[in-house]
Amino acid sequence: MTAVDAGRQPALTGASQPRRRGNPRRRGGWSGYLFVSGYTLLLLAFGVFPTLYAVYLAFTNNRGQFTGLNQFIKVVQDYRFAPAFQNIAIYLVMWLLLVVVLTVVVAVLLRGMVRPGLSAVFRFLYYIPGALAGVASVLVWLFMLDPAVSPVSGLLRAIGFDTFAEVLAPADLPVIFVLIAFWTGAGGWIIVMYGALNNISDEVLEAARVDGAGLWQTAWHIQIPMIRKWIVYMAILAFAAGTQLFVEPQLLQTASLGRVNPTWSPNQLAYVYAFQRGDFNGAAAISIFLLALGLICAGILVTRSGLFTADET
Amino acid sequence: MKLTRIPRLAITSVGAIAFLAGCASADATNTASSTDSTAFKPVTQDESATITVWADSTRLPAVQAYQKANPNAKLKIVTYDGSADGSTYLQTKVQLFDRTNEGWPDVVFAAPTDVTWASKPTGPKAIAFAAPLDQSLVPKQTLDNFAKGSLDPCQFNDHTYCLRNDIAQVVLWYNKTLMEKWGYSVPKTWQEYQALGEKVAKEHPGYLVGAVGDTNSHESYFWSSQCPAQELVKPDTLRVNLQDPKCTRMASLLDSLIAAKAISTQGFFSQGFDGSKVLMANGPSWYGQYLFKAAFKAPAGQITAAAPLAWDGESTAYTGNVGGGVWMVSAHSKNLKASTAIATWLTTSDANLAGAPTYPAYTPGAKAWLANPANKNYFATDVSSAFQTAADEVWTGWSNTRFSDATPWSSVVLPAITAGKTLTEMLPAWQEAITNQAKSVGYTVTTK
Repeated sequence: MTAVDAGRQPALTGASQPRRRGNPRRRGGWSGYLFVSGYTLLLLAFGVFPTLYAVYLAFTNNRGQFTGLNQFIKVVQDYRFAPAFQNIAIYLVMWLLLVVVLTVVVAVLLRGMVRPGLSAVFRFLYYIPGALAGVASVLVWLFMLDPAVSPVSGLLRAIGFDTFAEVLAPADLPVIFVLIAFWTGAGGWIIVMYGALNNISDEVLEAARVDGAGLWQTAWHIQIPMIRKWIVYMAILAFAAGTQLFVEPQLLQTASLGRVNPTWSPNQLAYVYAFQRGDFNGAAAISIFLLALGLICAGILVTRSGLFTADET
Repeated sequence: MKLTRIPRLAITSVGAIAFLAGCASADATNTASSTDSTAFKPVTQDESATITVWADSTRLPAVQAYQKANPNAKLKIVTYDGSADGSTYLQTKVQLFDRTNEGWPDVVFAAPTDVTWASKPTGPKAIAFAAPLDQSLVPKQTLDNFAKGSLDPCQFNDHTYCLRNDIAQVVLWYNKTLMEKWGYSVPKTWQEYQALGEKVAKEHPGYLVGAVGDTNSHESYFWSSQCPAQELVKPDTLRVNLQDPKCTRMASLLDSLIAAKAISTQGFFSQGFDGSKVLMANGPSWYGQYLFKAAFKAPAGQITAAAPLAWDGESTAYTGNVGGGVWMVSAHSKNLKASTAIATWLTTSDANLAGAPTYPAYTPGAKAWLANPANKNYFATDVSSAFQTAADEVWTGWSNTRFSDATPWSSVVLPAITAGKTLTEMLPAWQEAITNQAKSVGYTVTTK
């Protein structure tokens, strides 16, 4: 298939890049290490070391004794554990479906139906919310969703919400968090997907057109298969970010004066463990659950999609 | 092709689980209420050290006034949420300070709930955050002058870990102008209150005799009803029985008034609440200044308070308490002398208390507060007797616990009430939420 060709090129460079395959030798061996060293140090300090520390904490108690799986058993038995993971599961299903389907659809539309100038304007507009910090975007939504102050209070009232308290009914929360996440996160992904689509050479699209494929046929049979790896990549990152949902429910909990469960998401439960009960070991056990969940999902997606397999030529 | 590996992996994992399962206990050592009688040992003192004071925005002016009155005192003043509405900011920070071994504030304004954890070490290497004030820091006669029972939330293991700033005894607030205009008399019992509420709903629809949607509404109603929602029968045994007649009577009273639309399921403090429609409000002494005056902007001379409602057939009236902060001094303070001085000044001096925003817990200070016309001239009548009566009628069976009672109420009961469920229906779920929370912080829960 022609799809394999797309996976190899960097997303945002033009398709007309000259090929340098005949030159396997790499010059300046040390400068490469120098470039990655900054990132590697930060990764070790803020990624790898904390993870290892969490693993250590999860298998010990606060006297430093080895506890085996007891921390995990303890947190699983906590009455807040199952509801928190159930909440996050509902959220993740909605969020992943929405982000995968809508960003791809929007990117295809921008690429295929909108004039380049207008498309750039749209991409810019979509991206703006993503430039707001997480907390600020939650605050925007707090105003949007409170019928007393919302600019769209008429709409909220029309669908039966007269007070902020009614908007915050437990069943509505996953939808609210998905809205916030999509609003802040989708813009960036639309741009990435657009870049990926740009990477498909015009000859391929032209050939499809000549064969009589319309916009959707081209998208379904040509474009989406060719950017499959980007989509998988997005799904992995969106899943990982989704399981770590914290700021949104935490802020909503405060802003709603406690109407939102303080342990709505697993990360919030870990936070309560660490900072209210002083049980850092239990908190670490919950974080290991999240880590395992993320790794399993990423593992499945990576192996099923062949994300990192070398392309056959 | 990779499938062959899986059984081996499974076997190894099962083996590992079997091996790992029987190890040391995962329980943290600090959750038990071990009566640690080791005497409090202050750190090396430095009488010129700057002290850090954390206060909520309401008490900030008092701290600033202290600085003004004592220009030589070296203070660093920090504003924070003051643990309002079940916030655990202070607890979170102290947990972190205990781990980093530095950064504790010297003096903090906090909620009574905070004293339950601050009076104990947060971990095996930490010491309790709050200093025992009765040990050579605050004289006994000063402590004895606090209103009866008001220091109860401060007392653990026979020591006093905080000074009560204010009490928030629940009284019956009402709009005197409207009551007189409509020819209603002020109810004295809950039964009269219910009858009046139903009458108001018929004669003046839209007007309210109460609201249950705030984070602390249950303290105004269920505490006043002597409902055993969280009664410490032993230091670590909590009695939770929401099916007790003293709970169900309040639930059905409120349900009937909610159904009649005389009581709102929204909170008085929720955005956009129309305060001009409030005829009565059973609530704390600070409702006068903070709800009617500041939030509802009710004109002066309309609102006043009556003594707490009694139940037919009960000789004594009991009432609830909604908040009322405490001041704690850090056991880590390098300058206990200056820290104790400011905490004492804030909670006991007439200079501060006469103009305090809320009703002082220190009895001589409360007299000075009531003597200050500025605290009363907003009201239609003198609220002194209602306040003083209520201060002595606060029911002591609603214990200060290691968890905030606001969480089960606001995150379990309120969303259901908003969705149209009745309180009576929600009592079992509320019971379960309190029980779960109590167990998670180490209480044994009983219904008897």
